[in-house]
Amino acid sequence: MTATATRTILDPTSERVVAERQRLARPSSLDGLTVGLLDISKPRGDVFLNRIEERLVGIGATVKRYRKPTFTKPAPVDLRHQISVECQVVIEALAD
Amino acid sequence: MAHDRDLPVLPDGIVVVVKEECATCHAVEPVLVQLAGATSLTVYSQDDAGFPAEPAPIHDADLSVSWHHDIETVPTVIRVVDGVEVERTVGWHRPEWERVTGVSGLGPDLPVMRPGCGSMSVDPDLVDALDVRFGASVLAARRIDVAAAEDEMEMMFTRGWTDGLPVVPPTEERVMRMLAGTSRAPSDIVATVPPDLVDVTVEKVAIAAVMAGCLPEYLPWVLTAVEAACNSEFNMHGLLATTMPVGPVVVCSGPGTRAIGMNSGGNALGQGNRANSTIGRAMQLVVRNVGGGRPGEVDRAAHGSPGKIGFCFAENDAESPYGTLAGEHGIESGVDALTVFAGEGTRCVVDQLSREPDSLARSLAAGLQAMHHPKLVLGFDAILVMGPEHARVFADAGWGREQIVAGISEHLNRPGSELVRGADGMAEGLPEAFADAPSLPKFRPGGLMLAYAGGGAGLFSEIIGGWANGDVGSKPVTRAVTY
Repeated sequence: MTATATRTILDPTSERVVAERQRLARPSSLDGLTVGLLDISKPRGDVFLNRIEERLVGIGATVKRYRKPTFTKPAPVDLRHQISVECQVVIEALAD
Repeated sequence: MAHDRDLPVLPDGIVVVVKEECATCHAVEPVLVQLAGATSLTVYSQDDAGFPAEPAPIHDADLSVSWHHDIETVPTVIRVVDGVEVERTVGWHRPEWERVTGVSGLGPDLPVMRPGCGSMSVDPDLVDALDVRFGASVLAARRIDVAAAEDEMEMMFTRGWTDGLPVVPPTEERVMRMLAGTSRAPSDIVATVPPDLVDVTVEKVAIAAVMAGCLPEYLPWVLTAVEAACNSEFNMHGLLATTMPVGPVVVCSGPGTRAIGMNSGGNALGQGNRANSTIGRAMQLVVRNVGGGRPGEVDRAAHGSPGKIGFCFAENDAESPYGTLAGEHGIESGVDALTVFAGEGTRCVVDQLSREPDSLARSLAAGLQAMHHPKLVLGFDAILVMGPEHARVFADAGWGREQIVAGISEHLNRPGSELVRGADGMAEGLPEAFADAPSLPKFRPGGLMLAYAGGGAGLFSEIIGGWANGDVGSKPVTRAVTY
């Protein structure tokens, strides 16, 4: 192996071009919007989300509740799609 | 890999490849003259445009013809029809030369047979450069030039490509050499790697294998480990993202482990063996560099464990009194296979006094009960790694795998009242609903697995504790090795 032969190396990464999407503008008010609350199935996540739901309903938002089958895996694609068509805003609860 | 890219077409008739440095090639010079008079002959000379003097050769100066046509020995005689090789023979063997050329009475003054010499195109000093010159077009990865004044080792650290230890620079030569370890095409997709869900090719796995320090013969094991880990069943994504200190543990078995020099004996779970140390590391580098899984990002481990650099070992299946972990998961004896298990580091169970199986089973159960927490049951699997000294206690009593697991499990049952939250003065524990359960096992069915490895002295066993098991988390995945 000559010294010059080591001077070109191969890229070990995915060389992925990340698709950048424009974020939606933040709503100025939640009044009249549907907010999805996603429980990732961690213990006591529901305690946090129950309180959030009370607060959101109190300011005029409609709340829909969702739950991942397990916290260890990404949300199934069908669930992600369902949330995207049923809600304008989503809140995901982490808990430990 | 077949050398079929941009294949230089051979002329029809008889083709002979020689080199001046080879005594057998000198010996067949008169035969070449005979052939030139009897048939359409083309001679390629690897090292000397003036050899042989008659008939005049074509100088294969860059060894392109020799490399592309997989010449391993000189002389090689090839019969070509319509630009396609029909058959070949190597060295000097009169009946074979006469059969391939269709010319009889060749070399009457020569012995019947004389072996040839190594082709320059497979010369160890040249082959890597030739593989790159003629074969590197199969590599799709981006080439990165390292500046003359730049230290490539530091450059790779700076780019975040390492696990904290130095990596071997993945040059074209090294990656081509690594790819020779598998029959799979470099462009084959191996798996979809989390967390970025990137389809990883054989080539990118080979790059990681080079960086980890693997030899080419380890590559099939790395490819199989990546396949076994990157799916919903094993759940590499969750394993990476968890706050627990776990990573993929690779347990290998089969005659191939000995062929590649893996360690299943003393210090099998430790340092010092190249295959053990680099196969698991290569898989983790794939997750890091291709999948994008890095500590502090998607990897949220609170403590991590040294095993997350790479944790791989072989079972001593040739001497195991209770078979292999792969066998427990349905792989036939004698088949090269590996199991990936979501596990933490090892913990030792000392029992230097038990000579009866039930006594030893009780000791091991006491150690296993404590895994993660004595009051948390059914949620985590474990692999118990026994070496010769503990395993012998069971083997001498005639206990097989199932009886060992049953015998240990018998001492791993606790009433729910001892396991619930608050019991024994500890807040941690099972929900109160389990308080009335008369007996709860530590492990789900199949959750306590056995492996056999370790040195001949030491009345110890090792527990590899698991992570959230089953559909909730990870299931151990066993695969036969794909070569």
